[in-house]
Parts: sequence; structure tokens; C-alpha cells
Amino acid sequence: MTSTGHTTDADAPVLTLHDAAVAVGGRRLWSGVDLTVRPGEFVAVLGPNGVGKSTMIKVLLGALPVAAGSVSVLGQRPGAVGEEIGYLPQRRNFDGSLRIRGVDVVRLGLDGDRWGVPLPFSRRFSAARRAADERVREVIELVGASAYAHRPIGECSGGEQQRLLIAQALVRKPRLLLLDEPLDSLDLPNQAGIAALIHRICRQEGVAVVMVAHDVNPILSYLDRVVYIVSGGAASGPAAEVITTETLTRLYGTPVEVLRAADGRLVVVGGPEAPALHSDRHDDRHGDRHEVLR
Amino acid sequence: MNPGFTWNIITDVQWMWSVPSMVNAFRAGFAVALLAGVVGWFMVLRRQSFAGHSIAVTGFPGAAAAVYLGLSATLGYFGFCIGSALVIALLSRGSGTGVGERAHSSALIAVVQAFALALGAVFLSLYGGFLNSTSAFLFGNFLGITHEDVLTLIVVSLVVLLIMAALGRRLLFASIDPAVAAARGVPARALNILFLVLLGATVAEVSKFTGSLLVFALLVMPAATAQVLTARPALGLLITVTLGVLVTWLGLAWAFFGNQATGFTITSLAFGCYVLAYAAKSARRSFALKAA
Amino acid sequence: MFHDSYMLTALVAGTGIALACGLVGYFLVLRAQVFTGDALSHVAFTGALAALAFGIDLRVGLFAGCVLIAVLFGAMGPRGRADDVVIGNVFAWILGLGVFFMTLYTTNQSGSAGSGGNQTVNVLFGSILGISSGQAAAALGIGLGVSLVLLLIARPLLFATLDEAVAAARGVPVRLLGYVFLVLIGVTAGEASQAVGSMLLLGLFAAPAGTALLITDRPFVGLAVSAGLGVFDVWFGLAAASFVPNTPTSFWIMAVAAATYAVAVAISRIRASRQKTEKQSTKEQRAAAAAA
Repeated sequence: MTSTGHTTDADAPVLTLHDAAVAVGGRRLWSGVDLTVRPGEFVAVLGPNGVGKSTMIKVLLGALPVAAGSVSVLGQRPGAVGEEIGYLPQRRNFDGSLRIRGVDVVRLGLDGDRWGVPLPFSRRFSAARRAADERVREVIELVGASAYAHRPIGECSGGEQQRLLIAQALVRKPRLLLLDEPLDSLDLPNQAGIAALIHRICRQEGVAVVMVAHDVNPILSYLDRVVYIVSGGAASGPAAEVITTETLTRLYGTPVEVLRAADGRLVVVGGPEAPALHSDRHDDRHGDRHEVLR
Repeated sequence: MNPGFTWNIITDVQWMWSVPSMVNAFRAGFAVALLAGVVGWFMVLRRQSFAGHSIAVTGFPGAAAAVYLGLSATLGYFGFCIGSALVIALLSRGSGTGVGERAHSSALIAVVQAFALALGAVFLSLYGGFLNSTSAFLFGNFLGITHEDVLTLIVVSLVVLLIMAALGRRLLFASIDPAVAAARGVPARALNILFLVLLGATVAEVSKFTGSLLVFALLVMPAATAQVLTARPALGLLITVTLGVLVTWLGLAWAFFGNQATGFTITSLAFGCYVLAYAAKSARRSFALKAA
Repeated sequence: MFHDSYMLTALVAGTGIALACGLVGYFLVLRAQVFTGDALSHVAFTGALAALAFGIDLRVGLFAGCVLIAVLFGAMGPRGRADDVVIGNVFAWILGLGVFFMTLYTTNQSGSAGSGGNQTVNVLFGSILGISSGQAAAALGIGLGVSLVLLLIARPLLFATLDEAVAAARGVPVRLLGYVFLVLIGVTAGEASQAVGSMLLLGLFAAPAGTALLITDRPFVGLAVSAGLGVFDVWFGLAAASFVPNTPTSFWIMAVAAATYAVAVAISRIRASRQKTEKQSTKEQRAAAAAA
């Protein structure tokens, strides 16, 4: 699991998609996606529900092949450089009765894929172990979770858990962070807080962030670029160019209006919702229930 | 008594029903399947199969203890089953069906079950090892059923089924969506306690016929089959009960003519139905995918 | 106590088994797979009886049955973890099969009346005091082997349990680990059921692990505590059994395990209610300060 050598030109794009398309179960979800992400950029993936935004993350992780076009992640094919990518899947919620400390969950991001168990008392003897502990402490402080990292993660609130999970994704100093709707189940103040945190991480640590979102407003002021996907095509570019009446109407093929509220928020009016697919939107809990109750 | 099975169904059934204990067995089987089916359907819906099994298992030491103390086995069954149901219900947090509580509640259920069995081991050794009774306690005995047995069964069944009918809709609501139900004033936790007690009573009564280990089969299998086939409650309950009765009766007949244990015959038939239902559903789904 | 060599062999066997059960049990509870462990212990019963009925070595049936069904459970679930209902159905049927083999075996043994019954009791409740030194060595070896493998996969298994998608993205072979773990459960179930019996295996799986998860929130500390508690339960249980003769050893082991678990539950409840009152009082303080 070591990264193979590749040219580390500081400005080389972290991620390139060229005319990419994806198909699931024989059905083409989206196509014509062009995107280049440079180090330290903050990019959002937007689109109506069910269009396949999470599927894009799977493509970038190498879990799903592209049906057309090309994808290059950190100069290689997707899935080849797992440890330089931080990943935050959608809707993970640790329930209250799980008594594992937040700091241990973050630590798993560092060495969870190594075999064996950490030897007791090795802290005293191993510089590597001390360095690892220091890195964990450092990244927890970066996300602002130091106050509650030593509590069982199930006892933390949604926003607190999300910060700890972001720390887990960052602990190995990735160059690319993939976030799947991290603001999904958070209230507004927490959304603002996490959005600011992600922006700070982008700038401070130079990590490129690709974030799937269903509402662009909490992150609008931080974004460098957006990719807007609909079932017929996609458009990418600066937010001010993509989320406009003209572009969205062209994408959707029906009249869509983008309104700007007094406080700067964007509202999209008239966009048809793609039919939500039952199969790819559920965590297993709901999936099982729906199995029974279909 | 190893009756020959001619392929003339009518004479075979008449021959079988000329034996009074078999008639009682069929009557008891009907009531048992009905009771276990209804309660089991909710148990499967609420994902409380493990709790049901454990409560059933605790009946065994209860019966053994009661017999050792000179009391009736029924008392032992009821005492231990309802007792363990209460322990499990009161000590588990929340509504009992939440996803996350499962880790801790399953540990609790396991400890209750194992400890109860350990107690059973003590009574076994105190009593000097009486395997026949043990076998009956664990695996059941559909023969030798008296009229009193059938009467108690009918009474207990009526009581439990009436309470279930009264609670049915609220229990369904609380089972599917405890949070929303609680917001609407449905007391999910209290319902959980009540349901587990009813489950305990059901298990205790049915165990007298099927034994502590195999009562579980009648609780789970027809209900699981029904829930594979449909999600609609009324239809599901109907399928569960019909399947349960069919499987019990056919299992009794098979045991009678084939000289097998009823525990084996009934579970095999029930499992067969489950597998068929599962296969049918998978086949239907792959056809639907191909058509799309 | 150590004057009797049988106690020493029991201790040796018990320690190996306790270590494996404690370690495997920790992940069983964490992954909410306790029911799988329970089901496998009953499978052990059927496997052993099948072997006895066919006249082959008991242990072949035990291990073959446990490992096969463990892997089957993995294959039947979406992410290598079968649904509770599926487990329930399969193992209810296997219990039925067990009844079949039991009648087969006891009728074949009817010449030497009672020995068939004794064997069944042994299968159910174990006979740790009756094992030979060869068997004890095997138990220790297998127990240590399972423990070693588990320790080797502990960290990735923990990662896969808590953060499945992230672990998979990181290259952890989540499905494979799930299967390996199931095989470990099967092997442990097969070995331990000889000592404490298939019925009480569940207690050794659940109680030390449940206790550990309640008293600590550090995963690797919890793993160690679970293993340590398992060994403690077995030693203490054996010691207690030696002081009270003619009581089954498995009862004492289970009693100690259940008692420690009960204490842990009590402590965690007290702690939880104390946290609640603290939270309430800080809320009230804040409200008072805001009002002031």
C-alpha cells in the first residue's frame, strides 16, 4: 500500500475528468463531465437528487469504472493511490451506545489498515508511535474537536461527529479530500461551521476538496469551482458562471430560473427532480426496512 | 405403533384421527400455529428474533426447576419466560428496536439466555439426569396432550390475541418508526415491554407442545416467509397463520406416519416454504430487472 | 485444588478456550453478530449429534458443521453479515435436524440405555472436567491459534466494523475479513462447545465482551479486558466448582460471567444517570445565568 513514484509538480492537477460518463446497471447516469481540480481548490458537485453525485465519488475512488471518457486521480487511474485520498462517505452516524472514543476513530484513519494490534506501552519506546499520536492530536486540533475527542463518539452531536470524521479523513495528510454530502444532516450553524472548516483546510493544508452537496448555499462563498450534473449532461466552471439561469436552462432543457436572494443565497426555481432511485440512496438500516416493506 | 401410509389420503386421515391424542394434537397445533404466527409476525418485524429465541430457551430451566420442586412445568415455563422477558425489556434502552442498541441489547439477551441454561444444568444434575423429560422440555411432545392442555392453550391464546388486536395498530406504528410514533404519543418503550411480556407468555404456552428450542421455529419461520412475500400487514398475518397451521398439521401427519419427531418434520416443512418463497422472490426480481 | 490432575487439564483447556472466546466475543458484540455466535453453538449441537449418529468422531461433526454454516451465513448476507431473520430460520431448521439425528442416535444406542442420553447431555452442557490431557492440549492449541489470528486481523477488522466504506476505500479487504472472522467464530464454537457445551458457549462469547464494552471506550483496551475477563471467569468458575462438588462446572463459569456483566451494567447505568443529572444542572445553571 505504498504510493508509486509520480511527478510531484506542485501545480499538477490533483484530479482530471475528461468527457467522463458513468452507467449503472446498463443505464447511463451522466455524461460529458469535464473537470480539472488543482491543489488547494474547493469544488462542489451539484445536481438534482438521484442524478448520481455519489456515484461520481465512487468513480473517483476507483470503485466504479467510467463508461466513457477518462479519469485521472493524482496522475494515476482511480483507486491506485488510496492513501493520498481522504474520504467521508454519506450519512455515517455512530449511535449513542457505541462506546469507542473519537480519538480512536481518528487513529484508525492513520493505521487502521495495518495488521496486528498496537502493542501496549510501545509509546515509551517507539518514536514512530509517538509521532503518530502527535499527528492525531494535531489533526483533531485542526478541526477544532479537541474538547470532545476523548469522549465516546456516540455521545457527540452530529456536528461534532462530522468534525471527528473529517479529522479521520485528514490524518494521513491526503492531497485530495472527497466528501459525500457532509452537511446533510446538520443544522444551519453547524453547516456554516463545517463549511468554514473545510475552506480553512483547503487554504491552510493545501488539500483539494471535492464535495457533493445538494444545497450550494452554505459553501457558495468558499467555492472555486462547481460541477453541475443533470441526467443529460454537465457543466463545470466558476459558480457564478454555472449556476445561472442560462446555463441551467440549457442543461435541463426546460426553463429554469436562478434567483439571488438579498443575503446572497441562490435559489433554483423550476428544475425538474430526477426520479430518485431507491437502490442507491439508502444506508443498510433503511435498506433492510425497505426490503421488508416493499 | 408404526402406521402404514397408504396413498389413500382419506382413509389415512381417518385412521390418524381415530387416535384421540392425534386429534388433540391437531387441535393444539392449530391454536399453537395461530398464536405463534401472530406474535411471531410482529417479532420478526421488530427484529427481535434473538430476544424471542433467548426467552424461549429460558423456559427450559424454568420447567426443570418447577418439576424438581414438585410444581407443574407450566408454572416454570411461564415464570422464567415472562421473567426473562421483563429483564430484557426493562434493561434495554429506548424502544428496543433501534439499530444502535442492538450491540448492547444482544449482549444482554445472550447473557440472560446462557445464565438460564446454566441454571438448567444445575437442576438437571440435581435431578440426576432425566433425559426423557429434558428431551421433551427442549424438543417438545405433541403426543399425550390432554384436554386440559388444549383448554389452557385456548384460553392463553385468546387473551394474548385479544390484547394484540387491541394494540395492533399502535404496535405496528411503534415498530416501524419509533421516533415518529413517540412524537404522536404512542409510548414505544412501554409497548416494547408489553410486547415482550406477551412474547414470553406465548413462548411459555407454546413450549409445552413444541419444547423450548423449537417454539422458535413456529415463531420465526412462517412469519419470515410471509414477510418475504408481502409487506402488507393484514395479508402478511394471514399468510403467516395459514402457513403455520399447514406446516404444523402436515408435520404432525408426517411424524405420525413416518415415525419421526415432530420437531424435525415441522421445521423442515417450514424451512422448505421459506426457501421456496425466497427463491420465488429472487426469480421474480431478476425477471423484472431483465425486462427493464 | 491442583492436586487433582483433571483440574489442571481443565484449567489448561479452559484458558485456551476463554482467550479465544473473549477475543472473538468482543468483535461479535461490536459487530452485533452475537446471534450468529448463538446459532453456531446450536449448529455445534447438531453437528456433534450427526457425527455420533454416524459413528464418527464427535469433533469432526462439530467443526465441519460450525465452519460450513459460518461461511454460509457470510454468503447469505448483503455485506457478509446475514440478517437476524435469515440466521433464525437456518438455525431453527438445523435444530430440527439435530432432533432428527438425536432420535437416530438414541434409538441406535438403545441397547446401552443411558449412554446415548449421557452423550447428548455432554454435548449440550460440556464436560470440561472429563477431558483427557490430549484433548486439553488440543483445546489450548486451537484457542491460542484462534487468538493469534484474531489479534493479527484486529485492527483492520475494527476499521472495517466502524467505518466500512472508508476502510474499503483504503484497501482493507472488508468482505474477506468478514469471512475470516466467521470461520474463527465457527472454530471457536466447535472447540469451546466440547468444554462448556454448545448451550453455554454463548455466555463465554457475550459476557466478557459485553462487560468490556461497558467499562472502557478504548477499543484495544476493551479487547484485552474481554480476553482477561474470559480467563478470569473460567478460572474462578473452576475453583468454585471444586469447592462445591457434584454441581456442573459450566454453571459456575456462567455464574461468574453473568455476575461480572451485571455489575458492569449497574455501573454504567449509575454513570449514565449521573451524567444526565449533571447535564440538567448545567442547563439550569445556564438558564439562571442568562436570566440574571
